[in-house]
Amino acid sequence: MDFFNVLIQQIINGVSLGSIYALIALGYTMVYGIIKLINFAHGDIYMVGAYVSFFAVTMANMSIVPALLVSMIVTALLGMLVERLAYAPLRHAPRISVLITAIGMSFLLEYGSMYFVSPTPRTFPEVVGNLAYNIGGFVINGQQLLIFAITIILMIILTYVVQKTKVGQAMRAVSFDTETAQLMGINADRIINFTFGIGSALAAAGGVLVGVYYNSIDPLMGIMPGLKAFVAAVFGGIGSIPGAMAGGILLGVIEALVSGFISSTFRDAAAFAILILVLLFRPSGIFGKTVREKV
Amino acid sequence: MIERKVDALLATVGLVIFAIIYGLIEAEVIGPFWKLNIIIICINVIMSVSLNLINGYTGQFSLGHAGFMAVGAYVSVVLTAKLQLPFGLAILAAAAAAGFVGFLIGIPTLRLNGDYLAIATLGLCEIIRIVIMNIDYVGGAAGFTGIPRYTTFAWAFLVMLATLLFIKNFVNSAYGRACIAIRENEIAAEAMGVKVVNYKVLAFTLGAAFAGIAGALFAHCFYILMPGTFGFLQSFNYLIMVVLGGLGSITGSIAGAIVVTGISAALAGVPEFRMIIYSLILILLMFYRPQGLFGYVEITNLPVFRYLKNMSPEAKKAMGMADEADGKGGRA
Repeated sequence: MDFFNVLIQQIINGVSLGSIYALIALGYTMVYGIIKLINFAHGDIYMVGAYVSFFAVTMANMSIVPALLVSMIVTALLGMLVERLAYAPLRHAPRISVLITAIGMSFLLEYGSMYFVSPTPRTFPEVVGNLAYNIGGFVINGQQLLIFAITIILMIILTYVVQKTKVGQAMRAVSFDTETAQLMGINADRIINFTFGIGSALAAAGGVLVGVYYNSIDPLMGIMPGLKAFVAAVFGGIGSIPGAMAGGILLGVIEALVSGFISSTFRDAAAFAILILVLLFRPSGIFGKTVREKV
Repeated sequence: MIERKVDALLATVGLVIFAIIYGLIEAEVIGPFWKLNIIIICINVIMSVSLNLINGYTGQFSLGHAGFMAVGAYVSVVLTAKLQLPFGLAILAAAAAAGFVGFLIGIPTLRLNGDYLAIATLGLCEIIRIVIMNIDYVGGAAGFTGIPRYTTFAWAFLVMLATLLFIKNFVNSAYGRACIAIRENEIAAEAMGVKVVNYKVLAFTLGAAFAGIAGALFAHCFYILMPGTFGFLQSFNYLIMVVLGGLGSITGSIAGAIVVTGISAALAGVPEFRMIIYSLILILLMFYRPQGLFGYVEITNLPVFRYLKNMSPEAKKAMGMADEADGKGGRA
């Protein structure tokens, strides 16, 4: 069964790409859930994460796991700084001004890093080696295993933080109703800032894994995956954490199937076509709740 | 009658500006670099004013304006370069094609609101671009070459002037007021009997058609046309012009297009800092003047125009006392 083999192989590839989308989508969905902002700079935060780990591996000779941790911490701080400087002062401004600020921030990160690290793409060093495992006739390589392992670990940690800790409880409260949460003594500004930190750290992990998977990084690498991760977040139901995970992985699988069976040039079109179909027929996404409009 | 007088005055002012710039270009005071930039400014004014009709006046957040521009650009180059048809006809066909695509896209997507509409229009714009990239007849991803360079300053400026007068009169008509009512409160507008879906689709179709015209003008500026030009970053650029000038102000859109195009042309000498400075200006503007340069203010609210509106004898006869009272209120 040749068709079946290709199908399974494409699904494996799709899940590894989708895991990366899912990691980025989590940041989008948490930020959108809490302040209703499409943070266009999120894709560029992911790019910064990839660069930090690149320099950690090449200059400080770190191995991949410490490099990943360094990159997550640095990028989390960057995300919190961006929020504090650019978005916090506009908390009560019209939403379109915050959106334009996010677009401006995205350009600033892209072209700022282009200035500092040069626009030429860099080759991400081999960190996993050329391992390939043959499981029942299907090939899974070392990079894909690393992606699966790290994604699963991060998602378990995130679920634990959001569901079981006090900060997570505060995050859920602020996203449910900011004003009431403040009346209950929650410092909403600090929680929003913290949410940006977590989201940015997850995006950084996605960036590192993309570097490992595709071996190439450049300052504009965040634009397309950023947009697609947003599609994934909408697909899963924006504001929902399990939705972002499922949406990311499904989007990755669909893209892999389209490029495997139809044509790789239509891969991006497929992602947006899904977006539009989801918006038209189930705007609240797979896991989202339908909210009725009130007068 | 009053509106006609204002239109006549605006058209005269426009033609005077046209004559001045035309003279400067002919006298070679304005070099080829700035001449091209002035043409681009005219095209960007058409884009930003038509986007303002959708985003500013009707309140529907569209992020896919460059997609309609792409439709217009490609339809027009096929007509002029492949079928050897005249440029004027190609512009009309571009408007019709882009308007039709806008109509088809508008019917399903305008049921969405806010951010969902924004992201859906962004996605559709990308789909248009990817589809064009896969059509070999128009050169695919490599681009369409051999386009006759028909777009002169006169074409760009006069088409822009016609667009401005059309959109100004549209927003001041009953249709325009219905669109503004939708922006202010959709549910209330519906309760007052405004057919919300019809007006949204109308505004969207008109906006798309004018974007198609701008696309036709843009395509004939250069020898080659690439689908990559019409990505979503280009749509962001037009959104920035509209917001920078002020949502819901035609004067603002003109100013936004001039400022944004002017800044990027002026910074062309320092390419590595261009986008950094541009993004900083954008962020600072949102901090200190989030309503944009003009807000809701129009140039026609200036004293010259108000004088014309209030003092014309026909106006007094037609409107009677009510207009006089209104005029005093306006002057105060």
